[in-house]
Amino acid sequence: MLLEVRNLFRIKIFCPLGLLALVLLGAVLVSSSLPPAPAQQPSTGSSAPISAGASQSVTPGSPVSTPIAQPQQTSLNIVVLDPAHGGTDPGARGQGGIRESDIVLDLAAQVRRALEAQGFQVVQTRQGNENPSFDDRSATANAQRGAVFVTLHIASTGLPGTVRVYVNSDLPAVTEANGLIPWDRAQAPFLGLSQKFGDLVQGMLAQRFKGSPDNARTAAVRQLRTTAAPAIAVEISSVVVEDRTALDRMAPGVADAIARGVAAFKPSYVIPAGPGALP
Amino acid sequence: MTPRWKVGLIGGLIIAVVAAAIYFPILRRRVKRAARLQQQSEEQARRELTQPVTINPGDPRVKTKLFWGSDTDDSTLVPVTVELPLSNDPVLRSKQVLNTLFAGPVDADLRTLPPDAVLLELYILPDGTAVADFSEALATSIPSGIVSEQLAVDSIARTLEANVPQVQRLKILIHGQEMETLAGHLDLTGTFIVNTKPAQTPPKPGNR
Repeated sequence: MLLEVRNLFRIKIFCPLGLLALVLLGAVLVSSSLPPAPAQQPSTGSSAPISAGASQSVTPGSPVSTPIAQPQQTSLNIVVLDPAHGGTDPGARGQGGIRESDIVLDLAAQVRRALEAQGFQVVQTRQGNENPSFDDRSATANAQRGAVFVTLHIASTGLPGTVRVYVNSDLPAVTEANGLIPWDRAQAPFLGLSQKFGDLVQGMLAQRFKGSPDNARTAAVRQLRTTAAPAIAVEISSVVVEDRTALDRMAPGVADAIARGVAAFKPSYVIPAGPGALP
Repeated sequence: MTPRWKVGLIGGLIIAVVAAAIYFPILRRRVKRAARLQQQSEEQARRELTQPVTINPGDPRVKTKLFWGSDTDDSTLVPVTVELPLSNDPVLRSKQVLNTLFAGPVDADLRTLPPDAVLLELYILPDGTAVADFSEALATSIPSGIVSEQLAVDSIARTLEANVPQVQRLKILIHGQEMETLAGHLDLTGTFIVNTKPAQTPPKPGNR
């Protein structure tokens, strides 16, 4: 069958276009069927005067350091809240689709309001469903002056309705001659303050949630190790509840206890002046 | 009227798109299954190379403390004493007590470690650091959370402390690799203190 010249021209135009459309459709289908790529980690904040190590992925033992000691006295006015997990990492998962990453994000909003009501400025390590690295979260905290750090978790186990506070286990404190401490042991000089802060918050929580311990416990929590500030992890038990309503009911009490704990800790927060004079 | 070749072309495109929509998810599942099978076969090969150390009935029987979960407080450990024939060699002895620990208590609710996790290899460095390599299930099957991960590591460390005095510290590897965390919380980049006392020779049979 003979084709007109105009039809031949259409074939030349539409055939490649059709094939291109097919390839694009195929690519879209493949990408939609694959698991979501890890969320791009947000930058650590434009206002953050991050040290050489703060924006890097630092491995333990790395020589990269972060300056901790400040020349002036600083008072506590900032709370860095870290809703754990997020993005492709949902954290603990319970029945009925309960995801730790979602619950702690909502909890962080309540804690934020309670802290702001007490006059504290609040910085969050994530605002939405992203998953910054441990180091990026620590960098957000380490860029602040006069801050404490609170990472929020929901456990898979434990007596439902109880809350536990953790501080980092002993870390060998190493301060270099220039007054810097290694990034991977940034928490070491703050362990004493962290324990005091943790005990105060745990005490507030124990008053509200029966069965919770009276004092903060120690554990090798990865997130706390690289944080150069008094730092605690707050873990609520647990995702084994039938639906998240039980956890949502705990949120106002947890938020209030954390805010009161921070306020009670404020007079104890003294970061000594000068290198080598860390707490 | 639309020429026949156009109808054919559009029809062909629609068929191709529908076929792709059906085929690509199937292809994705096959790729994932192949990756999983490869991972399992690697683990199997590793297990075959590192046969678990079994209890030798000829070894002297000693009272062995194993740390499992408490039935009254699920955030604490309690020692359970059992009598086991244990080797005097610290490496063999460590493997024997950890294999028994991983076999788990009679009451599954008191477990601190996943039932499908196993010790793949263990050796002790001259400074008393025990390097223990566990199967991937230790990280993937453990309930996520600070309390559960801490209990798992504590049960291993305290069981070693109670039964193998040569072990001063514990380094945990997962499938031969150093991991940043156990299951998202507990730091595995360092070592855990097992025993602060100087290394001792194992107690004589019947003294414990």
